[in-house]
Amino acid sequence: MEALIGLLVGAPLLGAAVLLCGGRRLDRTGHWLGTALAAASFVIGLILFIDMLGREAEQRAMHQHLFSWIPVADFRADVAFQLDQLSMTFVLLITGVGTLIHLYSVGYMEHDERRRRFFGYLNLFLAAMLLLVLADNYLLLYFGWEGVGLASYLLIGFWQHKTSAATASKKAFLVNRVGDIGLAIAVMLMFTTFGTFTFGPVLESTGAAGEGKLTAIGLMLLLAACGKSAQVPLQSWLGDAMEGPTPVSALIHAATMVTAGIYLVVRSGAIFNASPDAQLVVVTVGAVTLLYGAIVGCAKDDIKKALAGSTMSQIGYMMLAAGLGPIGYAFAIMHLVTHGFFKAGLFLGAGSVMHGMNDDVDMRKYGGLRKYMPVTFVTFGLGYLAIIGFPGLSGFFSKDMIIEAAFAKGGAQGWILGSCALLGAAITAYYMTRVMILTFFGPERWSKEGPDARHPHESPKSMTIPMIVLAVGSVGAGFVFDLNESFVHWLEPVTALEHGHPPMSAMTITAGTVVALLIGVGTAWAQYGRRPVPVQAPRGSLLTRAARRDLLQDDFNHVVLVKPGEYLTRGLVYLDHKVVDGFVNGTAASFGGLSGRMRRVQNGFVRSYAVSMFGGAVLLLAATLLMRAV
Amino acid sequence: MNPVNYLYLAALLFAIGASGVLVRRNAIVLFMSVELMLNACNLALVTFSRMHGNLDGQIVAFFTMVVAAAEVVVGLAIIVSFFRSRHSASVDDASLMKL
Amino acid sequence: MSFPLLTVTAAVPAVGAIATAAVPAARRTAAKWLALAASLLTLVLAAVVLVRFDPGGDRYQLTESHAWISDFGVRYELGVDGIGAVLMALTALLIPFVILAGWHDPDAAEERAASDRRWRPTQGFFALILAVEAMVIISFLATDVFLFYIFFEAMLIPLYFLIGGFGDRAHSQGEEEGSRQRSYAAVKFLLYNLAGGLIMLAAVIGLYAVTADQLGEGTFSLQAIADARAAGELDMATNTERLLFLGFFFAFAIKAPLWPLHTWLPNAMGESTAPVAVLITAVVDKVGTFAMLRFCLGLFPGASEWATPVVIVLALVSIIYGALLAVGQRDIKRLIAYASISHFGFIVLGVFAMTSQGHSGATLYMVNHGISTAVLMLVAGFLISRRGSRLIADYGGVQKVAPVLAGTFLVGGLATLSLPGLAPFVSEFLVLVGTFSRYPAAGVVATVAIVLAALYVLVLYQRTMTGEVKDSVKHMPDLRPRELAVVTPLIALLILLGVFPKPLTEIVNPAVEHTLSDVEKHDPAPDVEAAK
Repeated sequence: MEALIGLLVGAPLLGAAVLLCGGRRLDRTGHWLGTALAAASFVIGLILFIDMLGREAEQRAMHQHLFSWIPVADFRADVAFQLDQLSMTFVLLITGVGTLIHLYSVGYMEHDERRRRFFGYLNLFLAAMLLLVLADNYLLLYFGWEGVGLASYLLIGFWQHKTSAATASKKAFLVNRVGDIGLAIAVMLMFTTFGTFTFGPVLESTGAAGEGKLTAIGLMLLLAACGKSAQVPLQSWLGDAMEGPTPVSALIHAATMVTAGIYLVVRSGAIFNASPDAQLVVVTVGAVTLLYGAIVGCAKDDIKKALAGSTMSQIGYMMLAAGLGPIGYAFAIMHLVTHGFFKAGLFLGAGSVMHGMNDDVDMRKYGGLRKYMPVTFVTFGLGYLAIIGFPGLSGFFSKDMIIEAAFAKGGAQGWILGSCALLGAAITAYYMTRVMILTFFGPERWSKEGPDARHPHESPKSMTIPMIVLAVGSVGAGFVFDLNESFVHWLEPVTALEHGHPPMSAMTITAGTVVALLIGVGTAWAQYGRRPVPVQAPRGSLLTRAARRDLLQDDFNHVVLVKPGEYLTRGLVYLDHKVVDGFVNGTAASFGGLSGRMRRVQNGFVRSYAVSMFGGAVLLLAATLLMRAV
Repeated sequence: MNPVNYLYLAALLFAIGASGVLVRRNAIVLFMSVELMLNACNLALVTFSRMHGNLDGQIVAFFTMVVAAAEVVVGLAIIVSFFRSRHSASVDDASLMKL
Repeated sequence: MSFPLLTVTAAVPAVGAIATAAVPAARRTAAKWLALAASLLTLVLAAVVLVRFDPGGDRYQLTESHAWISDFGVRYELGVDGIGAVLMALTALLIPFVILAGWHDPDAAEERAASDRRWRPTQGFFALILAVEAMVIISFLATDVFLFYIFFEAMLIPLYFLIGGFGDRAHSQGEEEGSRQRSYAAVKFLLYNLAGGLIMLAAVIGLYAVTADQLGEGTFSLQAIADARAAGELDMATNTERLLFLGFFFAFAIKAPLWPLHTWLPNAMGESTAPVAVLITAVVDKVGTFAMLRFCLGLFPGASEWATPVVIVLALVSIIYGALLAVGQRDIKRLIAYASISHFGFIVLGVFAMTSQGHSGATLYMVNHGISTAVLMLVAGFLISRRGSRLIADYGGVQKVAPVLAGTFLVGGLATLSLPGLAPFVSEFLVLVGTFSRYPAAGVVATVAIVLAALYVLVLYQRTMTGEVKDSVKHMPDLRPRELAVVTPLIALLILLGVFPKPLTEIVNPAVEHTLSDVEKHDPAPDVEAAK
């Protein structure tokens, strides 16, 4: 069985290699090859999952050692896999959603002449992401970590002829690299602290290390997680990343890659457990981001950017839960999985809408689309109900658990975190209702004739089937996971489990959540459902305008980083030319000048040469006599 | 007679030759001044030979004469060919090699 | 007497150079093929050396030793250790690609010389490249300081002519200005390296004086000096050792090049053709960093330790400074040159971190940087030859018209920014870990370069390859078969060494143990002895 683990990564990797090197011959069949290999990976995942279920909870982790990667003295990095319950969860999510999105892309990218390459990149992403979650040490994880970054770069910039896409992809890669500094330093710290960076030995011996070191490692891991998962302060790339094709946004920038940060924090739970300071920073980042993303999501008129703000916010929830320690890990992962379903579904729905609307993304030019795209409407609607936490649907279970756990943190911290989470729930309900109303309800605001005429229509089967499957997941996953706390117990051997004790009863909190939901939905209805929506966005309040500009994050980065950086490099180029090189050239010039001056002595007059000769003779004579005299 | 007087004479001749080399421009005169200096040296050598009572100085004086003769041959040839090309015997005109 | 394999390996390109130079003017193509054949034969011999080399055996293997100038104790001594072996292999590997990539480089000089039949640029170009190869290989194999010195200096002569005589025609300010810039670059290169070499010569003579004084008879043999030191017969005075160290180090720091002695590199790389630029940065400059590891640390361990703080700071400045300047460049080739300065900073950092990871990382870095820069620079050269401009601003949207060219350029760029999966990542991470375990602050500062590297690579890629297709590149042809033949094997090697670098580390690791024992250093132990 262990031997199959490598195949999980190998199948999509093979696909990427064949599709990217295969050339034009594969243009007609390449997409099906890519989809088949993604599906193969999913099937292998299922086989391993069934095998795993058949064993005792403690015996479920599997290892596969392939070969030694970088062996130098005590530094030993191996290409070795570890498949435990946590990895298994991710494997199924990645390959499952991944396969659906491959299928969806067959239809979505039908008219793109570079479709073969698109599938090559998607397969590359799957391979890297699987490597990330299957690695048994932090350096191999880093390999996958940068690999998904590369795939994300290639896919965001897939339409490279658009300057905006090229810029967005570069930005995503750069911001992620800032996070990667954190991961690199964390690995180095682990090596100097523990002498290894393999999960098992590191996580088992946290007790023996100093708390300062552990806090440092934790904070560096968090920095990495912030980059990959678009958490404050490294969140700025996610909105721009929506320049990529919509299936990419669904797979990478909603369901899987952006949750890698959560995986990292949960995987490194033992380190965070031993360092309350680091945990405090994690929950703070989570709470800030969940509000930040939600506020940004309220102001965007671009459907994908509104969903991107929502993604940020939902991952904030997961980060918050992961920072709570053993009472939150399982819920963070549970929300991650349910979010994977409903957010991927929402993005695919958005893609379907765009497909029918000539790639227009402005929601103010939508309206009343439910009549034209019934399947999209229903699946999107179910995703909507799931994300706002409508009782009984998947988001309700997972989000409610996180809010409970936040209150259970205890003390003032618990109240603050819990309130943030509740407030976030209300805002989530508000902005998602806004998206829903603007897109599917109300009068039809698109132009019906002229060059900009839109002819909305339902998407082909290859696109709607994945949407239906994901909608089913969004509805049912939470209920299944919550049955006898099955999900929490499944993860227990990896994450350990503690039950939190909130300061009030679970019923009260659930009631509070439902009230928050109703307030959010009601406000949105009052604002967008009852009143006509202007096609041109109104000026809006100060907060709205700031939120439209992503709460000025880019302006901040521009002023604090980009501009000074430009001046610095320009100054250094000048300095290198004038000072460093100038010094050398100056030395050369001064030698030249000196010899020019000495040359003048050679004036070509015999008499002056004779004088110097006589002078020299006299000097020599005088010196000789003087020496005699002494 | 005191042989030192010959040395004084040699020094005087040498000084005259040297100042001739320094101040004159005509190549022929310059040449004559150089000859004067050489002969002053010869006189001094012969005097020293006499003072020390051996023949070393006289032998060297012969060498000097031979070298001077050879020098005159080469030098005059250069001066003549220089005069032909430049129509001048001034040494100041011979500065072609100066950069 | 055993077969002198090392001498033959170095002699093949030397003989090839003479033979190539002797080809008659009319047979230009034959000269090219002859040069390629000689370089391939060298590659085969280098591979034989690698196979014959036993990582677990003696420090120096396949040794040859003959008296040469016995009055001064100079010997013709060759021997190969793990570090020299992989670098020699790198040299032998890259030269065929350099020759193949430079197939048409001398054509410009050929046009200029059309009227004069005595002057044969094509023969000269390839003969000079082979001459450089021979000298570089000898430098990697010499275990006699004087022998090393001679070839270390002699390399300058063919390189001077390669830079000055066969410059890049793509100059924005016209032919005449280009020619002026070219000779400026060649003279600058020569003077810088000559200055370093002269100071090193003084130190070489000083070394002779010290050994002659203490051992009775002077020697330049590394093995003899190491033996004498081990036996306690050689004990340099602290100040003498430091002065000698500085003399050697100065020359190597110019060659490497280390900030602030770096300014010759951007000129030299910018003005020469892409294959010659590869020759300079990927092959010749490696002699500098290699010599730091072998001669500075091996001959003067005490002084090396004394100088470490300053050298580490210089290396860090090089890393950050080179990267920042690369961001600010408008010329593709100068950008790559500054990126190389940043990378050389990493190599020096690894050498002076004095840990196993640092030394192994530095050695691998030399190899990997050679390959990755070759890919990036050669593809950049192909690009430049198509458009006739080195300015980034003259390009845009190339990806659309020449996807294979853009793709290989991206792979070269990703290797330059040390993406995991490609070879440079392995070495860069080893250097970082090696540095961090002894000097955490230095390790953290160096890590910043991973963001800066991404910045200059991606900005370069974005401005040249993406966006609207500019009119000037509209009809740009994609890579030709000859060009693909250059790039594909190198890219395959980048991936192979990125995923499975073990064959290299197995050769390098034992050698690194020796250099560490030279300086009497041990790796720092971890805080916690983790449960195994």
